[in-house]
Amino acid sequence: MNKISLVARREFLTRVQKKTFLLTTIGLPLIIFGFYAMMIYFSVSSGTNTKIAVADNANIFKGNLENTGEVTFSFLQNETKASLEKKVTAKEYNGYIFIPADTKLLLNDTIKLVSTDKIGLIARGNIQDIINKQLEQERLLSLHISKEQLDSARNDNSVSFATISGSNDSELKEGVSMAVGYASGFLIYIILFIYGAMVMRGVMEEKVSRIAEVIVSSVKPFQLMMGKIFGIGAVGLVQFVIWIVIVFGLQFVIALLFPDILHQMQGQPIQPASMQAAEAMKTASADPTFLQGLAQVNWMMIIGCFIFYFLGGYLLYSSLFAAVGSAVNEDPQDAQSLMLPITMPIIFAIVIMTRAVNDPSSGIAVFGSLFPLTSPIVMMARIAHGVPDAVPYWQLILSMLLLVGGFIGTTWVAAKIYRTGILMYGKKITWKEMWKWAFRKS
Amino acid sequence: MPILELYNLKKYYATQKAVDDISFNIERGSIFGLLGPNGAGKTTLLRMITGIFYPDEGSIILDGKTFDPINDIIKIGYMPEERGLYKKMKIGEQALYLAQLKGLSKADAMKKIKFWFERLEMQTWWNKKVEDLSKGMSQKLQFVITVLHEPKLIILDEPFSGLDPINANLIKDEIYGLAQRGSTVIFSTHRMEQVEEICDHIVLVNLGRKILDGTVQQIKQNFKENKFSIQLSGIAAGTISSAFDVIDSKANKLTVKIKDGFKSNDVLQHFIQQGVNIEAFSEILPSINDIFINLVENTNSRTRSFQNVEL
Repeated sequence: MNKISLVARREFLTRVQKKTFLLTTIGLPLIIFGFYAMMIYFSVSSGTNTKIAVADNANIFKGNLENTGEVTFSFLQNETKASLEKKVTAKEYNGYIFIPADTKLLLNDTIKLVSTDKIGLIARGNIQDIINKQLEQERLLSLHISKEQLDSARNDNSVSFATISGSNDSELKEGVSMAVGYASGFLIYIILFIYGAMVMRGVMEEKVSRIAEVIVSSVKPFQLMMGKIFGIGAVGLVQFVIWIVIVFGLQFVIALLFPDILHQMQGQPIQPASMQAAEAMKTASADPTFLQGLAQVNWMMIIGCFIFYFLGGYLLYSSLFAAVGSAVNEDPQDAQSLMLPITMPIIFAIVIMTRAVNDPSSGIAVFGSLFPLTSPIVMMARIAHGVPDAVPYWQLILSMLLLVGGFIGTTWVAAKIYRTGILMYGKKITWKEMWKWAFRKS
Repeated sequence: MPILELYNLKKYYATQKAVDDISFNIERGSIFGLLGPNGAGKTTLLRMITGIFYPDEGSIILDGKTFDPINDIIKIGYMPEERGLYKKMKIGEQALYLAQLKGLSKADAMKKIKFWFERLEMQTWWNKKVEDLSKGMSQKLQFVITVLHEPKLIILDEPFSGLDPINANLIKDEIYGLAQRGSTVIFSTHRMEQVEEICDHIVLVNLGRKILDGTVQQIKQNFKENKFSIQLSGIAAGTISSAFDVIDSKANKLTVKIKDGFKSNDVLQHFIQQGVNIEAFSEILPSINDIFINLVENTNSRTRSFQNVEL
C-alpha cells in the first residue's frame, strides 16, 4: 500500500511540475474563452448599421418599420427614384426602397431595394423579416381585425406533462435535465479519453525506456499499475478543479464587463451536440420560473452520482488502457490498433447517451446504463432526469454494483496482461496472446 | 550457511521449458557467475530469484528462510539486462525514488545516495536529467541505484555492457568491495574472460538445465586435456615418444598432449635425456570460453549469438 502511494506521488508530481501541465490547465480555458470572446465580438460588431431610405408613396407602412441595431429605415417624403439614387451615391444612405403610389404591394407586388454595395445575407434576412412582419399586420388590419384580436389569436397555449406517479414533469425541468445529462455525460467521456490515454502513454514510456524491470524488481507490477492509475487520476482531479475555478471566474468577469453577453452566448450554436441543450436552456431562461426548474433537479444526487461514475469509469477504463500500453512495443502505431476495442464501447456509450437524454426510459438506455462499459456515460444522462422517476432505485443500485464489479474485473484482467506485457520486448503482441495471459491459470 | 539455495526450480512456458529443474547453492560473500547462451533460461531464473516471477515448482531459500518476494526485496539489488531510467526525471530525484521503492526511508536513502555519488564522483549530476547523460554515465548511475541499499544479494545481468575500460574497472573494483563487505554477487554474462577473472564459482545453464557447477579452478581441472607447453633452449633432436604426442611446434616451442598413463615428468625426462635445456614448462588449461562453447555446441542449443572473446 505504501508503495502504491509512492508510485502515485511520483506520477502526480512529475506531471504537475511539468510546464505543459500549467500551459494546458490554464491555457485551455483561456483559449476557449478567447474563442468565445472573439465570436461574441464578431457577432456583435458585424451589424454595421445599414441605413435605408424608404419613399413610401402609397403610404403602406404608415411610417412603421421597426429599426433594429443592424437596419435603420428612414421615411422620406416627396422623393423620386432619381433623387433617392443621388442620396445613396452620396453615401447618405446605404440603399433605398421606392414604393410607387399605385403599388399593389398588399397583393403580391415585390419590393425592390437598391443599394450601392451588396447587402450581407444576415442583413437581408433581417430586412425581409421586418418588412414581411409589417406587411402581414397591414394585411390583417385591412381585413378589419384589430390589433388586440390579432394578439389574442396568436397566443400559444402550453401543454404540460405529468407522470402517473404524480410528479410534475415540467418542460423546464426537462430542459435543465437534458442540459445536465449532456454536460455530465460528455465530461465523463472526455475524462475517460484524456486520462485513459495518459495512463497508456505512461506505461508505454516505462516499457520503452526499459525501466519497467528495474522497478518491478522492487514493486509488484500490480502496485506499479495501481500507483500510476491513482496518480494520474489525482492529476485529472486537480486539473478539473482548476478548470472549473477558471471557467466560473472568467464567466463572472465577462458577465461583469459585458452584462448582456451571457444572454447572447446562449444563442450561439457553438457545439452542435449541446445545441439542443442550449436551446432548452434559452427557452427556460426566458421564463421567470427557470429557477424553479433548477430547484426541481436533485443536485445532491447528481453530484454524488457524477463523482461515483467518474471514479468508477476512470478506474475501469484506465486499467484497460494500462494493459494496452504494456502490450505495445516501440511502435506507437501498434497502440492505435490495440486501443480500438477499448475506444469502441466508449463511443458506443456516447451514441446511447444522446438517445438516453431524450428518452431516458427506452430499452437501449436502460441497457446502456446497466452495462458497466457504458454505464458511466449513459447513466449520468438518465440520472439527470430524476431518480425515482426516470431511473428506479433498483436500476441505480444494480448499475453501481455492476460498475464496481466491472472495474474489479477489468483491473484483475488488466493486471495479468500488464504483468506479462511490461517485461516482454521486441515482439508484436496480439489480442489473442493478451487473452491468453489474462485467463491462464497462474 | 549459503546465502541462497535453489531446490528443483521449474518454470514452464507454453512453448518451452524455460527453467527445468535447477538446483544450486551460493556461498555468502562469493562472486557467483551464472552463464549460459541466449535463451538458456538465465533471465527467467534471475526473475524468480528476484521475486518477479513465481516458480512453477521448487523452492528458494534466501538467507536461511523461505524467500518472501514482498519483504525480502530490501535484501536484493537487481540490475536487469533490459535496464533504463526515466529520461525526463532529475537524477537525484530518480535515485531517491527508486531507493524509497526498495523500502528505505527518505532520510536513509538520501544519506546513502550522497555516499555513493561522492564515491563515484557523481555529485554534480544531481539536477541533470538522464537524457543528458552518456550511455556509460547512465550505466554507472544504474549500478549505484542497484547497490546503494547495500543488499545482501546483488544480481547483475551484463553489468559491463556499454562501459569503457576505465569505468568497467571502477565498477569491477566496487563489486570486489561489496563482496568483501559481505554482499554476495550473482553475475550473469556472456563475457567469459570476465568470468574467469572475477568469479569464484560458476554455474552453466543451457536449455533450462544446469550443465556445469563448480569453482573456476575445479572446472578447468575437470576439463583439462593434459596439454603442456614446453620452451626449449634449442631444437630437440627427437620429439617422438610413447609418453606424448606433439600437437603443435614453433621453432623451439612445443605443445604436447600427454597420453593416458603418463605424467608430466615423463615429458621432462624425455627432453632431459636428449640433453636439451628446458626453459619453461607449463600446463595449458582450457579457457572457460572453450569449455563453454564445447558444452553448448554439443547440445544443439538455440544459441543465436555467442560472443567469442579475443583473449
